[in-house]
Amino acid sequence: MKIAVCISQTPDTTTKIKINSDGRTIDPNGVTYIINPYDEFAIEEALKLKEKFGGETIALMVGKESVKETMRKTFAMGIDKGILVKTDLDLDSFSVAKNLADVLKDLTADIILCGKQSIDYDDSQVGALISVFLNLPYVNVVTELVIEGNNVTAEREIEGGKEIVETTLPCIIGTQKGLNNPRYPNLKGIMQAKTKPIEDREITYKDNLTEVIDMSLPKSKSKGKIIGYDVSAVPELVRLLREEAKVL
Amino acid sequence: MSKILIFTETRGNKIKNSGYEVASTGVSLAKELNCEAYALLIGNNLSEVKASLSDYGLNKILLAEKQEFEKYSNSVYSKIIADTSTEIGADIIFFSATAMGRDLAPLVAGKLNAGLAVDCTEIKVDSSEIVATRPVFAGKVNVRVKINSPIKIFSLRPNVFKATNTHGPEPITENVNIDLTPDDYITKVKEVTISNDKLDVAEANIIVSGGRGLKTPENFKLIEELANTLGAAVGASRAVVDAGWRPHSEQVGQTGKTVSPNLYIACGISGAIQHMAGMSTSKCIVAINKDKDAPIFQIADYGIVADVFEILPSFTEELKKLLSN
Repeated sequence: MKIAVCISQTPDTTTKIKINSDGRTIDPNGVTYIINPYDEFAIEEALKLKEKFGGETIALMVGKESVKETMRKTFAMGIDKGILVKTDLDLDSFSVAKNLADVLKDLTADIILCGKQSIDYDDSQVGALISVFLNLPYVNVVTELVIEGNNVTAEREIEGGKEIVETTLPCIIGTQKGLNNPRYPNLKGIMQAKTKPIEDREITYKDNLTEVIDMSLPKSKSKGKIIGYDVSAVPELVRLLREEAKVL
Repeated sequence: MSKILIFTETRGNKIKNSGYEVASTGVSLAKELNCEAYALLIGNNLSEVKASLSDYGLNKILLAEKQEFEKYSNSVYSKIIADTSTEIGADIIFFSATAMGRDLAPLVAGKLNAGLAVDCTEIKVDSSEIVATRPVFAGKVNVRVKINSPIKIFSLRPNVFKATNTHGPEPITENVNIDLTPDDYITKVKEVTISNDKLDVAEANIIVSGGRGLKTPENFKLIEELANTLGAAVGASRAVVDAGWRPHSEQVGQTGKTVSPNLYIACGISGAIQHMAGMSTSKCIVAINKDKDAPIFQIADYGIVADVFEILPSFTEELKKLLSN
């Protein structure tokens, strides 16, 4: 089975985010980058599929040369090789998806996995867009995946429940927490990660459809009230919720 | 600008609350841009559902009604929405950022080569440009974006925009007929399972959330009692979900759900950044925690620094008294 995983790197959530002086971009200095947490479920699923069906796993990324550091983290988990569409440009989801689709077109993977969304821009667009560009079925927010021959049964999370979705290979799956437990890299994996191959590709598309006007920090809430330190504060809390906040 | 198309989600023969919010926002944007607003409903037996949309100021309600559409299929629905949009010449398409909306919006965007702004918390017209605001980086940053493609798609965060009745003329209803082949049904929902009848956090107006401060899974009974009294949904921090005390569907936070209720009551939750990312746009936040330095107090509107076991039973009692009057 040929298994492709589209991943991105994101700032660690605990990183303090600073906006550049241009007001439109994030200052990368001092930021620790990690594999987008949702992509870890995609990587783990790819590794499990390879264990079950044999074949190879390929990680795909779009970004600067420096993102190879993140790609090697996927190698350390067990991914076989990678392809980087190398660019310094700020690409939006549409452009990223176009570039990945152009690589995937020739790769003819049996299944393409990606995290349900990236935790920096929370777009959850790339997997869906790739599915349209490649005319492949797409199921997102998957918490369970069963593949039998060419038949795919995926459990997908919705408000208050789950949908069982049926489709066929090749397809694109967006992975959600709960699908699996991503493995930690072992020593062997970490050593091998240094020598696994990464192929560089040129970008094939760069016309962003969305444009950032500016970024700002949310208005800091006016200081809240500590109403009290014991049970005697409860009636006052109820009164405030009723009369001041008007939420009861 | 000629038309705004609003995909109005239906589930179990009802329009979700967020559907009315998106319809109202679409209608008011249409007024500002001097164009028309149409709603699109997809499903079966839509007459009841259609009637509930008559009071929101829409110019037209489009119905894609067929037995085959009763079960959701993202490939079928996205094709219907994209083709309908092209047929009527819509420049703007609205979705609610629900599970279905987040699934469909990028598929439609791909089909129409359109830019998409996801999970917007504000939509404004600024010098005849539509500017959308959306939270990014776990809510640490707000970004304002505009879309440069001819067709612009927006998904709106549920529970942020208002649904308003307008008592205008009733909208015209029209059936849409989109040609579909068996290939279009490439993804099919075989079955939907609803987890109990519990109100889902993503849909609730009030959420009572518990964290490690509850000490044991059995103590969540206190959270459930308070939630029942308020008609609220129960939420949970990642710590207690990872510990197996509560299901993942209740998890609020970056790797759980993002919620924006009217009232969020955080009990025994310290307020890790990832948790706050999932609930910081709640309109009113109450925190109960015995640690006065807990980060949750920085975003809470009201706080009680005390043990949850001391506060919750009394809080539930006081609310029972208030709500029965």
